[in-house]
Amino acid sequence: MPKAKKRPKAKPKPKARKKVAKKAPRPKAMHRKKVVKKAAKRPAPKKAAPKKAKPPKSAKPVASVREISAKKIADTVARLAMEANFDLEHDVYEALRRGVGMEESLVGKEIFNQLLENAGIARDERMPICQDTGLAVVFVDIGQDAHVAGGALEEAVNEGVRRGYTEGYLRKSVLGDPLKRVNTKDNTPAVIHVRIVPGNKLALWVVPKGGGSENMSKIAMLKPADGVEGVKKFVVESVRVASANPCPPIIVGVGVGGSFEQCAMNAKRSLLREIGSRHPDPYYADLEAELLKKVNDLGVGPMGLGGRITALAVHIVAAPCHIASLPVAVNINCHAARHKTAVL
Amino acid sequence: MADYSMTTPLKPEDVDKLRAGDKVNLNGFIYTARDAAHKKLVELLKEGKELPLPLDGQIIYYVGPSPTPPGKAIGSAGPTTSFRMDPYAPLLIERGLRGMIGKGERAAGVVEAMRKFGAVYFAATGGAAALLSKRIVKAEIVAYPELGAEAINRLTVENFPVIVAQDRYGGNIYQEGQKKYAR
Repeated sequence: MPKAKKRPKAKPKPKARKKVAKKAPRPKAMHRKKVVKKAAKRPAPKKAAPKKAKPPKSAKPVASVREISAKKIADTVARLAMEANFDLEHDVYEALRRGVGMEESLVGKEIFNQLLENAGIARDERMPICQDTGLAVVFVDIGQDAHVAGGALEEAVNEGVRRGYTEGYLRKSVLGDPLKRVNTKDNTPAVIHVRIVPGNKLALWVVPKGGGSENMSKIAMLKPADGVEGVKKFVVESVRVASANPCPPIIVGVGVGGSFEQCAMNAKRSLLREIGSRHPDPYYADLEAELLKKVNDLGVGPMGLGGRITALAVHIVAAPCHIASLPVAVNINCHAARHKTAVL
Repeated sequence: MADYSMTTPLKPEDVDKLRAGDKVNLNGFIYTARDAAHKKLVELLKEGKELPLPLDGQIIYYVGPSPTPPGKAIGSAGPTTSFRMDPYAPLLIERGLRGMIGKGERAAGVVEAMRKFGAVYFAATGGAAALLSKRIVKAEIVAYPELGAEAINRLTVENFPVIVAQDRYGGNIYQEGQKKYAR
């Protein structure tokens, strides 16, 4: 390729690359714009400089393969596991603060205040917010132009969980087998969900999930004739039956559509969305608002002792589905909705 | 709804005066046990063997604390969901257990045993585990250390805050409270 053509192109390229990098960690569940932006800026100058300095190497792909060390992944997971358990994320804390003002029950108000005080103690003393520090659920979005170097991705995540849960004095709640029931003593294996996305970054979400709320999850394969009313009925009934058990005020994660397993997965993934954020689709934003009202009208209240705030939010993720199907899944999160994220 | 301060072991009259919705600050010893320990305790009772803890007038706290960090009496220690202990609780109540601390409603069999033998079910705030750990001044392993977080501990508590969720007369704050705020 002639140099003359190559050079003018070199300028717009970093722009194009920036866009790719921004998209990489999936905008849907994004709540940390700052992190993404910072991460996106870093590699750009590095790559732009050598391009100009070495014009003869012209046949490079648009996004070059980037190495991310397994050790760095393990270190990050360990840090996020501890932070998630000690430091209640801002959106949850703010939702609890709003809850104090909205709750009518005096006992309910007192519980909200206890939860806020608890979050402060946990953060200041690096104590777990809840003794059930959960199954370590880890979402990984890996850019197709990223290469994990020096070890396997899964092992790196598990190593991070092992270290985070040991160094942080977090509870080890994982059994190696559901029926033989022997504790693995280091909270591994993590539940790891990997997705390959455009770009050359690796985004991590560490989402410790307690047993009390997870046990109240439900899935149903409704008939298409049941329609949206059937979905509403199922969601509200699931929260009513769960009552005090999942530690209300809860966050109700709903998956609609997709296949059986995708629907359950979407219910879980919906819990990553920032509390208080609006669903991008107005139809689902309205449905979320309607469901939140219906759920709160159950009167379950904080810790199920009666009150006006049963849920802090209802989040829905919908997916295309088969003409014969209408799957709906509910994955409830307790008020200790722990989640921390980082982009490498 | 009344406010009480009580010290363990609870006397029959302590249980008799408590009503759903009352607030109680507990002092003295309480014992921890959850799923695995309950299974062992009930097996021992059925075999006619001695238990590693006293039951008479005592309170069991359904909790699996997080590990104790250096310099602390205990790790975070909030209640776990009680219904998983429902199959075991009636026999323990029959043998003298006077109180249970957990979260969530109890089954009919437990309610019946509470009525018949005189016991009370307290709720502590789930997920307020760091806060509750501040009211626990000492933790000693009594049995089953191999169970890790599920071992039976004897906790010394000071003003440990609980609410009477279900009393021995069938009073149930879950049902009463939820009815009050439903629209």
